Amino acid sequence: MTTTLTRGRPGAEEARTRAPQAGGHLRRALARNLRAHAFLIGALLCFALFTWYPMVREIVMSFQKVRYGETHWVGLDNFRQIFADPEFWPAWRNTLEFTGIALFFGFVAPFVTAIVINEFRHAQSYLRILVYLPVMLPPVAGILLFKYFMDPGYGLFNQILEFLHLPTSSWLASQDTAMFSLVIVSTWANMGSATLVYLAALQSIPGELYEAAELDGAGLLRRVWHVTVPQTRLILSLMLMLQVVATMQMFTESFVLTGGGPQGSTTTVVYMLYNYAFNFDKFNTAAALGVVLLLVLGAFSALYLWLERRGGEE
Amino acid sequence: MSKPVHSGTRTLISPVRLNQPGGRRIYRIVLGTTLVVSTVVFIGPLYWMATGGFKSSQELVRTPPTLVPEHPSTHAFTEAWDRLGMGQLLLNTVVYAGGALLLQLIFCVAAAYSLSKLRPIFGNVILGMMLASMMIPAAALVIPQYLTVLDLPLVHLNLMNTPWVIWLPTVANAFNVFLLKRFFDSIPNELLDAASIDGAGPLRTLWSVVLPLSRPILGVVSIFGLVAVWKDFLWPLITVPEHETLNVGVNTAATSMPQNTLIAGLFLASIPTIALFLVFQRNIMAGLTAGSLKG
Repeated sequence: MTTTLTRGRPGAEEARTRAPQAGGHLRRALARNLRAHAFLIGALLCFALFTWYPMVREIVMSFQKVRYGETHWVGLDNFRQIFADPEFWPAWRNTLEFTGIALFFGFVAPFVTAIVINEFRHAQSYLRILVYLPVMLPPVAGILLFKYFMDPGYGLFNQILEFLHLPTSSWLASQDTAMFSLVIVSTWANMGSATLVYLAALQSIPGELYEAAELDGAGLLRRVWHVTVPQTRLILSLMLMLQVVATMQMFTESFVLTGGGPQGSTTTVVYMLYNYAFNFDKFNTAAALGVVLLLVLGAFSALYLWLERRGGEE
Repeated sequence: MSKPVHSGTRTLISPVRLNQPGGRRIYRIVLGTTLVVSTVVFIGPLYWMATGGFKSSQELVRTPPTLVPEHPSTHAFTEAWDRLGMGQLLLNTVVYAGGALLLQLIFCVAAAYSLSKLRPIFGNVILGMMLASMMIPAAALVIPQYLTVLDLPLVHLNLMNTPWVIWLPTVANAFNVFLLKRFFDSIPNELLDAASIDGAGPLRTLWSVVLPLSRPILGVVSIFGLVAVWKDFLWPLITVPEHETLNVGVNTAATSMPQNTLIAGLFLASIPTIALFLVFQRNIMAGLTAGSLKG
């Protein structure tokens, strides 16, 4: 017991030899622990108030309802209500659609960009700054700028397409292209961080591996597939998981650009949660939706950890 | 004639292949194309934003668009500054971000130091519970967090529309605690023991031994702490509607402004973080890789 209390602190061992009585020793250990906890208390309180307690409260709330200022237990009523909401499944479909398209672009584009930049012997730091610039904008600034570009009439994008004699798009104004347009904005604004992370990972790949692969007659694409990808597998899968969790919580782009429309085609799960709470004043229903989101993303994270561990054992 | 393309470590393409005449030509073409395309893609929109503010509203919606403003005028910028209340938004955001940074530095550093060096009982349990919170999607917890700041448990304070509502939750940042603790773990205990033999208490040791050694990681934590508050949207949207951040305020005012004023406003709103990035880009790049690679 005492060894765990004083572990890793030779200073405390000395202190003990100087204080022979058992009582003094105990008091010292107690004082040391109190002091250590005094350093922790600020962060601990904040975690308790803003993470741990809300977590418990959300689960409790999701089984309750407030009527005329009184709180009642209502079992699964809130969950029944959200599952019966005609917007519920479309919201999940929209969210998954965003996540899917955003992964296709937001996952592939930074990796390819990083591979290309890594081959250059010139201008590497310029390109690095370039891809990261949009990440530093206030998100709303980037989003509203693209709203202007995506105007179906005078917008820059359609004018460029017209100039190239390509078909124009109605971008945010149409149900079919609205979500895709949000992905474009989001990828432009966010791909910088992933690119730089991959770039760092690429630079740690030993050159001999490429040499060996080349001696074995592997072409460019096969070297990417058999050397680059396996060597960066850990960071790739970690970023994949982080991106899925982040894009599943998409809210700002929809809120600012489309208000969830047209015809609800960009209403995401978090947007729906926001509407329940702040437009319809149904906080308990919103909490139930929050629990569902927690469970889905929690299951996804658990699956990731399980696959990662299994991969590590092989 | 021309110098061989210099290469440090071997990458995907072998230096030999690169330095053959054909290889070098391909390299030049790919490099040139990449430079042009990525400049257009990443700087182009920013250029359009910066020059858009100098155009009139009519010129902004003209087809075909003009690359350079015809009759440049700074009118839209002054108008945007006034209509957005940019001075106030900027001040609010600086107060939120600065206070959040200060509190994070104090409490996250103290917590990480305690967990790494003072090692109290249940320290590992606490660390585990903090790290577990990284798995929780932030948006899913917004509702109970909002109700909590409306009426803080036990003390019954309403934090709405006060800076505390932004400041305090940022301290609950497991990633900061984790990064700092990992850094402190790498500081040898002998150094701390030397200080404690000289009679320094834990606070003194933290201040004059640990912190001076931790400048790089403190820089990383600070910059990302600032930027996170600066870029946040949903939380300030619901908790400080009367004292908006720049990010939220621009969106609120956007619907009622002429096109050129809006574009000018977007540009003004982007200047602070872009300037911060250009000044600290080296630290930011280093931080990105330090934080994510081994994390």
